[in-house]
Amino acid sequence: MSAHSQEEVQRQVKIYIRVFLALGILTVLTVGVSYLKLPLSIAIAVALFIAAIKSSLVAAFFMHLVSEKKIIYAILALAFCFFIVLLLYPSWHLM
Amino acid sequence: MIRYISKPHPITGIINSKLGVWCFLASEIMLFGGLFSAYILLRTGVTDWPRGHELLNVPLATLNTIILITSSVTMVMSWASLEMKNLSKYRLFMTLTILLGFAFLVVKSFEYGHKFEHHHFPSTNNFYAIYFTLTGLHGLHVIGGIVVNLYFLLFGIKMWDKEPKQFAGRIEAAGLYWHFVDLVWIFLFPVLYLL
Amino acid sequence: MTHNHSHEHELPFWRKYIFSVDHKVIGIQYAITGLLFLLFGFGLMMLMRWQLAYPGQPLPLIGNWFKESAMVGGIMLPEFYNQLGAMHGTIMVFLGVVPLAVGGFGNFVLPLQIGAPDMAFPKLNMMSYWLYFIGGVIMLASFFVPGGSAQSGWTSYAPLSVIASSGQTWWLIGMAFLINSSLLGSVNFIVTTIQLRADGMSFNRLPFFVWAQFVTAFLLLLAFPPLMAAAVLQLMDRVAGSSFFMPTGLVVNGTLLKAAGGGNPVLWQHLFWFLAHPEVYVLILPAMGIVAEIIACNTRKPLYGYKALVWSVIFLGFMSFIVWAHHMYLTGMGTKMSAFFQITTMIISIPSVVILTTMILSLWGGSIRFNVPMLFALAFLPMFGIGGLTGLPLGLNAADIHLHDTYYVIGHFHYVVAPGTIFALFAGVYHWFPKATGRKMNELLGKIHFFFSFIFINGVFMPMFILGLAGVSRRLYDPMQYAHAQPTQPLNVFISISAWCLGLAQIPFIINFFWSIFAGKKTDQNPWQATTLEWTAPSPPPHGNFAKAPVIYRGPYEYSVPNQKHDFWPQSMKEEN
Repeated sequence: MSAHSQEEVQRQVKIYIRVFLALGILTVLTVGVSYLKLPLSIAIAVALFIAAIKSSLVAAFFMHLVSEKKIIYAILALAFCFFIVLLLYPSWHLM
Repeated sequence: MIRYISKPHPITGIINSKLGVWCFLASEIMLFGGLFSAYILLRTGVTDWPRGHELLNVPLATLNTIILITSSVTMVMSWASLEMKNLSKYRLFMTLTILLGFAFLVVKSFEYGHKFEHHHFPSTNNFYAIYFTLTGLHGLHVIGGIVVNLYFLLFGIKMWDKEPKQFAGRIEAAGLYWHFVDLVWIFLFPVLYLL
Repeated sequence: MTHNHSHEHELPFWRKYIFSVDHKVIGIQYAITGLLFLLFGFGLMMLMRWQLAYPGQPLPLIGNWFKESAMVGGIMLPEFYNQLGAMHGTIMVFLGVVPLAVGGFGNFVLPLQIGAPDMAFPKLNMMSYWLYFIGGVIMLASFFVPGGSAQSGWTSYAPLSVIASSGQTWWLIGMAFLINSSLLGSVNFIVTTIQLRADGMSFNRLPFFVWAQFVTAFLLLLAFPPLMAAAVLQLMDRVAGSSFFMPTGLVVNGTLLKAAGGGNPVLWQHLFWFLAHPEVYVLILPAMGIVAEIIACNTRKPLYGYKALVWSVIFLGFMSFIVWAHHMYLTGMGTKMSAFFQITTMIISIPSVVILTTMILSLWGGSIRFNVPMLFALAFLPMFGIGGLTGLPLGLNAADIHLHDTYYVIGHFHYVVAPGTIFALFAGVYHWFPKATGRKMNELLGKIHFFFSFIFINGVFMPMFILGLAGVSRRLYDPMQYAHAQPTQPLNVFISISAWCLGLAQIPFIINFFWSIFAGKKTDQNPWQATTLEWTAPSPPPHGNFAKAPVIYRGPYEYSVPNQKHDFWPQSMKEEN
């Protein structure tokens, strides 16, 4: 997204700072949770969940995906489809 | 001659470099996806996979996580500075981004050095093997990003005088790549170090 | 809008012809390099065929040219046979066919057909070619390292590839260059097709050639990276001693391998085939695109079923990502996974058949011109049909138990790629040669090339189905060591002689190609009277392609439109003719 007016960019900067703070808090959280010595499957779920939130914030606001064009969404959706296939097949192999 | 280098395409609404870098990032998703799928297959194939925090330096990696996230902020601020037509602020934030990138690599080299001192190598076991491979490939991507950013700080900046919009587009594209490198680390960190 | 001035008249020779950023020069560089690699890869196979026809016999005349590690007294060593096999496959697929089909034809034709002045990223385009060139040099150089080149098949299965000699490391590094070349190219093709179409060139007015290249670019973009990941992992296993693919307790030559173990050879297969299956569609899609263009032009009527073609190629591209494990039926997978991949494999045959059928139906009622491009394009249809049909028993687990890793597989995939894709590529060369050079290739030499190639190529591959059904395994230095294979030996002789004759049949093409560049009959800009945009540019087109950016008024195949003076109506012609 190309923000052109000065006010738009200033608003964007405020968002970047807020996202930065959120990311810092989430980082502390994910490290803190790891000290709780949860059972492995729950630890995995929590860690990946927090990572998903952090990465969504980076993608949505730093990478401007929240206001991106449809063509970009389409290409990313396609990549994600096959990414999921790549991640899932290792567990299929046991079936 | 070649259209839509600075002016967005009327239908897609974007310039060529932005579409190009997102296509490249789509391929990078598949690259790291391939490595993550290898990790899953290897880990689920054995019963004695160690917990990351037992073998790896969590505080150091947490520091690196903060470093990389901060560098993402400075990167997007360097782009925002160009949008606000402030070249000196662009220089400041881009320099910070590059320095933070170097800091990440320095911390990483301490980590690796410590592992090698204690005779932990990729050949030791598959935990270390995938740890070194995943963080190593990620580190190579950090180096690549630093090189690109250095180019845009020192040499590419000449374009700002003649083609400011095109230059801002290039910085945005470089930023997208840098954020993606940060994004990969956001997953690498918990998967390798905390689980 | 930025101005990219064409400084062509100011460029020195090395920037105009060597380090050019013009898509047409880059396309020709890819095409000629690709053709040379095809010839070289063919040569490797001709050597293999000697050993298969006359096992253990010294190679006459040239046997002494090879060093002792390859041939002793002209008799081929098994290690060298394996090198020839692995490199024949690697070179044909990655250095020959794809660079010619995508790098060559795609680069040269696509920007012209969409009305663009060049690719979206000309400098990146140039880098793609040189990365390919370097990868090719690395692959060729690997023959000369101690132990020779890679010799674990083009598929480089672990653990054999991990313990193989240093040539395998060169293969992995070469592949890294080729993969990155391909990646940059695919980004260029996708952005160019989406962003740089001329005004009026909507997606449903695109020539099918462009659609085929567009889908191919997505396959390359998304399927290659997992192989890059796998190559990194195998490099780590070989160079850093990791055990990604090395199982615990592996014994090599009687001794336990000193590795940590805990790895899985099937992991390599998954990551490899995740690329390599879409790769075979990368091999066929551009060919289908070429054949479609040539059929429409030489039947003087629109392609039948344009919409079906477009939806089929998109569906085919998508499905190609979820069939890969049909190459792995014998790895011990469970019934659920096997059922999944059999179903997807059967489904993917549907769009293939739709594409083939629409092209055949396009012939109905046509005024067919049997020129050389059309002969090759017509031959493609039944040849691809045979290739596709023989894939069916391979795609079904039960039949594949008998046929896997036999000559039946070799027959199947060569039918699709050799009298399939390569014939389509020949058709494309004859078809677009006038556009690239301003001269036509010689028809008589072309027809000789076609007829003898067609006869001998069938002589090479048809008997392989019989060999495979008889249970003769592939990749064997001496298949006749097995009693069940011995009765089939005469077929091996027949195949080898056909292969050598096929090699001779390429001589008219090589002569024709180079001779016609300098002395071929000069043509105007549209010798085939075709409708697509490349034929409205001069032959050869200048830097920037079109003097004025074209505007598109109609679809790509407006042939024999009623009440028109001519039997073709170009896409960018405003008025009626």
